[in-house]
Amino acid sequence: MTERKQFKLPDVGEGLTEAEIVRWHVKPGDHVEVNQTIVEIETAKAVVELPCPFEGTVAELMAEEGATVDVGVPIISVDVAPDGSEPAAGAPTPTPSASAAASASEDLVPQADEPGVVQPEQPKRQPVLVGYGVKPGATKRRARKQASPPPPSSSPSVQAAPAAPAAPPATRPTSTVGGTGPATGSYPQVVDNGLPLAKPPVRKMAKDLGVDLATITGTGPRGSITREDVQQALAGPAAAASGVQAGAPAAATGVREERIPVRGVRKATANAMVASAFSAPHVTEFVQVDVTRTVEAVRRLRELPEFADVKISPLLLVAKALLTAVARYPVVNSTWVDAPDASGARNGTGGGSSGGGAEIVVKHYVNLGIAAATERGLIVPNVKDAHTLSLPDLARALAELTATARAGKATPADLTGGTISITNVGVFGVDTGTPILTPGESAILCIGQIRDMPWVHEGELAIRKVTTLALSFDHRVIDGELGSKVLRDVGAMLEDPLHFLAWT
Amino acid sequence: MTIDSVRGAPGTGGLADSELVQLLTPEGERVDHPDYPLDITVEQVRGLYRDLVTVRRIDLEAVALTRQGELGIWASLLGQEAAQIGSGRALTDTDMVFPTYREHAVAYCRNVPPLNLLGLFRGVNHGGWDPKDHGFHLYTIVIGSQTLHATGYAMGIQRDGVLGSDKAGATIAYFGDGATSQGDVNESFVFASVFNAPIVFFCQNNQWAISEPLEKQSRIPLYKRAQGFGFPGVRVDGNDVFACLAVTQKSLAHAREGQGPTLIEAYTYRMGAHTTTDDPTRYRLKAEEEAWKAKDPIERVKKYLVKEGAADEAFFDEVEAEAKRMATELRKACLALPDPEPSAIFEHAYAEPHPMLTEEQEQFAAYLASFEEEGTAR
Repeated sequence: MTERKQFKLPDVGEGLTEAEIVRWHVKPGDHVEVNQTIVEIETAKAVVELPCPFEGTVAELMAEEGATVDVGVPIISVDVAPDGSEPAAGAPTPTPSASAAASASEDLVPQADEPGVVQPEQPKRQPVLVGYGVKPGATKRRARKQASPPPPSSSPSVQAAPAAPAAPPATRPTSTVGGTGPATGSYPQVVDNGLPLAKPPVRKMAKDLGVDLATITGTGPRGSITREDVQQALAGPAAAASGVQAGAPAAATGVREERIPVRGVRKATANAMVASAFSAPHVTEFVQVDVTRTVEAVRRLRELPEFADVKISPLLLVAKALLTAVARYPVVNSTWVDAPDASGARNGTGGGSSGGGAEIVVKHYVNLGIAAATERGLIVPNVKDAHTLSLPDLARALAELTATARAGKATPADLTGGTISITNVGVFGVDTGTPILTPGESAILCIGQIRDMPWVHEGELAIRKVTTLALSFDHRVIDGELGSKVLRDVGAMLEDPLHFLAWT
Repeated sequence: MTIDSVRGAPGTGGLADSELVQLLTPEGERVDHPDYPLDITVEQVRGLYRDLVTVRRIDLEAVALTRQGELGIWASLLGQEAAQIGSGRALTDTDMVFPTYREHAVAYCRNVPPLNLLGLFRGVNHGGWDPKDHGFHLYTIVIGSQTLHATGYAMGIQRDGVLGSDKAGATIAYFGDGATSQGDVNESFVFASVFNAPIVFFCQNNQWAISEPLEKQSRIPLYKRAQGFGFPGVRVDGNDVFACLAVTQKSLAHAREGQGPTLIEAYTYRMGAHTTTDDPTRYRLKAEEEAWKAKDPIERVKKYLVKEGAADEAFFDEVEAEAKRMATELRKACLALPDPEPSAIFEHAYAEPHPMLTEEQEQFAAYLASFEEEGTAR
């Protein structure tokens, strides 16, 4: 007969709240010894190996590699012989100061159905400098014994008196402290009854100023309300509107910096951008084009029955223009592949160039990536086999793709396998940019906003709809000449959509 | 400072071997040094070996306990065992130690139970040993400030008028290479020097002040700084337990005789992280660690014992097994450490009863008693 013990992710630094599982060294069924390395984790500070606190057999790994796990969440369970060498591990000697809930480490943290998911009803864990952090529930006050009936609510000044805990016991004989009065009148400001946290002087100040504490979000320790918070609330929306810059609400409450953990899409984006920017030598070229005719063409396309059920924008013709350009210049739609021993070749004395054994893989299909800003961050889903689609089908595919991405439902398949991309920075109201390639691709087209500009049209100054196109490309694969031709042709098609007919 | 001394700095590059006192090479060869003869019996060497292995094992256990969330933090002594055991075993009962937070092996030599050290970093005591009983002051976390305490204490011994007698004692202040940049350490050098205080400054130069390398701390070898303050400095192979023992013995004897302070620079290497919250791979190269691994303080004693025919596999196995047993016991005891009573905070505030404190203690006890028993209300 064995006992199952769980090892909860400890705070291995000072005040860390989470860590990422990098690599498991054990699997279910393995025998583990005390202090055997079982897993590598990465915290904000370091990669560390965790030694196992139990001897026994691994029952379950409760967090996957790559998962970010909160401190205190179980990561592994081990079947331990009941007379194993760790009788004390799970149950430190209970002491009067430790609550019953905290006496067994199994109860330190509530069971979460999924690793890494802290159940919402639990109080928020505060980072501290030791061990497992603050025990949930440990800040809950025990009820006070009552030697006298609770003060009537008509005497708020008594409630606000800060000396209440210390003064009465000091003057009373100790026997009354042990009195058996009803325990109904607990402290007026306990943490767990939903009332806001604030020190008595702050409460008094709020009362005097007529500010309702319940309407204020505290910025003090444990979310308590400070004097500044009350003053801020009193100054109210007027101050926020006049004095404080939009977009800097944090500065208004005195927080000058905040740290946002990098994970998920942000982490993936960062890795992709670094990988791309520092492996592919980027070149970006620009061209300004008069797209008045494209805008007009889009307006007329909308009236065609084929496009009745789909919303279209100039992006559709930009996509079509890029697809047409790819058909004319297939090399822009390709991937640079390093030789398997490329690093060795680079470092060796013989090779010299970085291209030894490398290949350029030209794709005769186009999975067209469209960069999309979502709540989770930038993602680049792609339309599979876009080169085979008719214009109405392409329009529907683009609409569907962006809708899926914005809803946060893009699948890994949507996000991988792209061959060339478009990014539309025009939607943000800017003219152009120098986009970084999606890793594995050799070109990315950027379209800026379309706006009315003075333009020389047919020899006369006229107001025309003008945009700026930019093309970033991998200079290992694409020379300036080829990149320029692609950009020029895309521009030509958008300037006069008749080119679509000529070139397809 | 001459141009030569500038060129001589920093780090390993400028160090001629002749500057380093070494009595046992990394290969386990015994060498003699004219200034530091060492008479040592085989049994004493076996004892030193046992010390080294035991403290390394205790340290390892503490690191593991920290990784398991049982200690808040731990500063590992890995690699510095010889510097600490050598100097720690040079001490007598009349001496007083002023440690940093890494002197676990010196604490061991002073019979401070390792459990007390773990309790400190588990947050259930403030050290919990009586510094007077053990001749071992509480751990000092603030970098370098213990050197001032040690200097003051040494001046106290001086004023007791015992120097030169058999009641004489000395103080030894431990600190690291990083602490030599602190004002406190330099002030204590000045005071110790001009008052000729009976103190040994024992600097474990482990090459790294957290992530700051030695060459950013000093342009000359650290032991040479003593000369500028007016007392002798010596650099000893900090991974050589014999040399650390001999040099510290001589320096302490010197101090007890009233000959004033000495700076010992024990040239060693921190094989682990600065503390368990540090990641040395972010600032130093693996190759450097590998180079120091070849100078391991324990291996060379083992090689020496084997060469001398003074120990066999059975002895080494027994030492290993005993260290493991101690570590297992220590783990159990650590996990069973009770949280302190809330009222314990009052107990060691003053040496003598103090009326105001007594009143506050009573008030606090009454306050604690005013709560319902767990589970009886609500």
